[in-house]
Amino acid sequence: MTRQMTGAKMVVQALRDQGVDTIFGYPGGAALPIYDEIFLQNDIRHILVRHEQGAIHAAEGYARSTGKPGVVLVTSGPGVTNTVTGLTDALLDSIPIVVFSAQVPTFLIGSDAFQEADTVGITRPCTKHNWLVKDTDLLAATIHEGFHVATSGRPGPVLIDIPKDVQFASGTYTTRETANTSHYQPETRGSIEAITDLVAAIEKAERPVFYSGGGVINSGPEASRLLRELADGLGFPITSTLMGLGAYPASGKGWLGMLGMHGLYEANMAMHDCDLMINVGARFDDRITGRLDAFSPGSTKAHIDIDPSSINKVIRVDIPIVGDVASVLGDILKVWKSRGSKTNTPALANWRSQIKDWKAVRCLEYTPSKTTIKPQFALQRLEELTKKYDRYITTEVGQHQMWAAQYLTFEDPNRWMTSGGLGTMGYGFPASIGVQVAHPDALVINVAGEASWMMNMQEMGTATQFNLPVKQFILNNERLGMVRQWQELLHGERYSHSWSESLPDFVKLAEAFGAKGIRCDNLADLDDAIIEMITHDGPVIFDCLVEKHENCLPMIPSGKPHNEMLLNDDTTAGAIGAAGGALV
Amino acid sequence: MSALNIKKGATSHSAYELRDPNSNVIERHTLACIVDNEAGVLARVIGLFSGRGYNIESLTVAETDHEGHRSRITVVTSGTPAMIEQIKNQLGRIVSLHSVQDLTVEGPSVERELGLFKVAGEGDKRVEALRLADIFRANVVDSTLESFVFEITGTPEKIDAFADLMRPLGLLEVARTGVAALSRGAE
Repeated sequence: MTRQMTGAKMVVQALRDQGVDTIFGYPGGAALPIYDEIFLQNDIRHILVRHEQGAIHAAEGYARSTGKPGVVLVTSGPGVTNTVTGLTDALLDSIPIVVFSAQVPTFLIGSDAFQEADTVGITRPCTKHNWLVKDTDLLAATIHEGFHVATSGRPGPVLIDIPKDVQFASGTYTTRETANTSHYQPETRGSIEAITDLVAAIEKAERPVFYSGGGVINSGPEASRLLRELADGLGFPITSTLMGLGAYPASGKGWLGMLGMHGLYEANMAMHDCDLMINVGARFDDRITGRLDAFSPGSTKAHIDIDPSSINKVIRVDIPIVGDVASVLGDILKVWKSRGSKTNTPALANWRSQIKDWKAVRCLEYTPSKTTIKPQFALQRLEELTKKYDRYITTEVGQHQMWAAQYLTFEDPNRWMTSGGLGTMGYGFPASIGVQVAHPDALVINVAGEASWMMNMQEMGTATQFNLPVKQFILNNERLGMVRQWQELLHGERYSHSWSESLPDFVKLAEAFGAKGIRCDNLADLDDAIIEMITHDGPVIFDCLVEKHENCLPMIPSGKPHNEMLLNDDTTAGAIGAAGGALV
Repeated sequence: MSALNIKKGATSHSAYELRDPNSNVIERHTLACIVDNEAGVLARVIGLFSGRGYNIESLTVAETDHEGHRSRITVVTSGTPAMIEQIKNQLGRIVSLHSVQDLTVEGPSVERELGLFKVAGEGDKRVEALRLADIFRANVVDSTLESFVFEITGTPEKIDAFADLMRPLGLLEVARTGVAALSRGAE
């Protein structure tokens, strides 16, 4: 049976067919027919944000905490250009997002019409794919294809641009089942030959390490379960990128902590000295590898990734396996078991004892203070007081983000939402809103710096309007902390524009939006204040005044290999050479 | 395949894998991309090259399958073996792209380009231009008493050589199509 309906109605019907119950958006002239259809129904909940960047980061938070695609609806011109940062963020972190943007009517395209922008042109490099739909008959099929592309293979953002006359016109609705998505079917099964090679390497390995990434989380809960089964079954140590935290539990016996520029000493040393590195859904990002020619020099490297372009892009690997993480891990387990579940037990015992020595360095220790709140201490207390809750953490970008990754622990996937690849300040607050919308009863905390947080602080309006009890835990050092740290290490302590004057009174700011504000500048009050934040039924801005010039350590200085970490402030002077300073 | 000792699980199974992947030698490769003939598809391909800093030495685009709405984009690019492999994999990510064929490594292929040359001159120069055109099997497609337009088809190298010869004989303008290429044989 063919169904005739307007393009605007098709958008809503296609969302229903895709099982979408929540979208994030902001209306405008060209989007009004779709907004009219949203008004006329109750299946799909629309969360009105205060800025389109907030909509897309909220959708990212929703997607990352649920594994479902996040959906955004914006108007033409400025509406959609405001999503560009979020699209790029989702592209770099491989987050499935579907953006619907309205466009001026087809007969006005190219005339510099009011609120016209070349949307598909602007968003082409920051989407996985995008479409301008000029024919209402093609709209529904395009939407279904959009969801398919966003969620298949390596996930990513897609955008569907819909001119206003296409929204008004009537056409034939194509159902999800009849839409043709056959041409885009990325391979998910890994080569069994390569998997057998990896198992042979696993059986012999003396100093193995798993290096897992966001691909494990994107692959779904089964991938995390299999990763745990495999790592624990083999007794191999495991580290993770920022993106992959929670895929393997922090309480697991093989857990080394995060690796990379601000990763843990034991994780980076294990990566440097290993003889078998098994990369599971990570991409050898420059924050991970440090100096390329000194990256894990003696190891055999295996790389499991669903995107063939990730293989050999940065690091040449010995055993490439293109496939979905869950499928490949399942096959590795089967092959390993079928060959007798062998490992090099005596060598592994030595390796574990070496790792124990590295752990004894206690790289996360810092100089405590009796007078001021150290940011690390604030996070340790936050961890202690919140870990028993059904907890989701988002972050902004900077020192606080790295400290959160170091001091908070994650037992499950989809609990940690942070802007990894793009490093988008202003991500965390709207992301926390998206997470809270998806998990209304959970404790959702955005660990923030005051500078990042102010980049999307208008979303306080969204939090209060929808009564989303998100907790904004701001580590306020009145500085762009990470910028300041680099200026200290690299630019002769010339703190060019890295501090904030005339910061708002965050308590009054919260109150102005009808939310609760808490300020804490006293060590003795910290626990009580955090408990007050947790137990308050509504959004909270927690202004935690912390040590202003604390450095985020340990750190691999740019241009240095993994085994040359800075561990404490005594070693930071002159640590980065001119060549390293040229890197970001 | 095993006789060539290709590493298992290698992303492409060709003898080309036997090269040193870390080589810094710059190679020239002709890539044939089959894409959906839809608005913006060329921008996707060339945007990838400019955005990631790859070279385009020649680019030819035309619809080759009218009913299937498919176009063939022939790109001549250059880079180290690792870069070429990365370019092919990055092209493979484009949703509206169906296949990438590396005609330089996947068996023998033919490459042709068409050039149009406007040459103006009188007397001996004019005679010499016409004589050389004959040697190169170029056709005269336009003629006035003081000029010719020659049409020449061949490899890019042949067209380069013809251009070098025409330059002292009064070469005014050149138009070249860029490379079109196909693999040899029945497959």
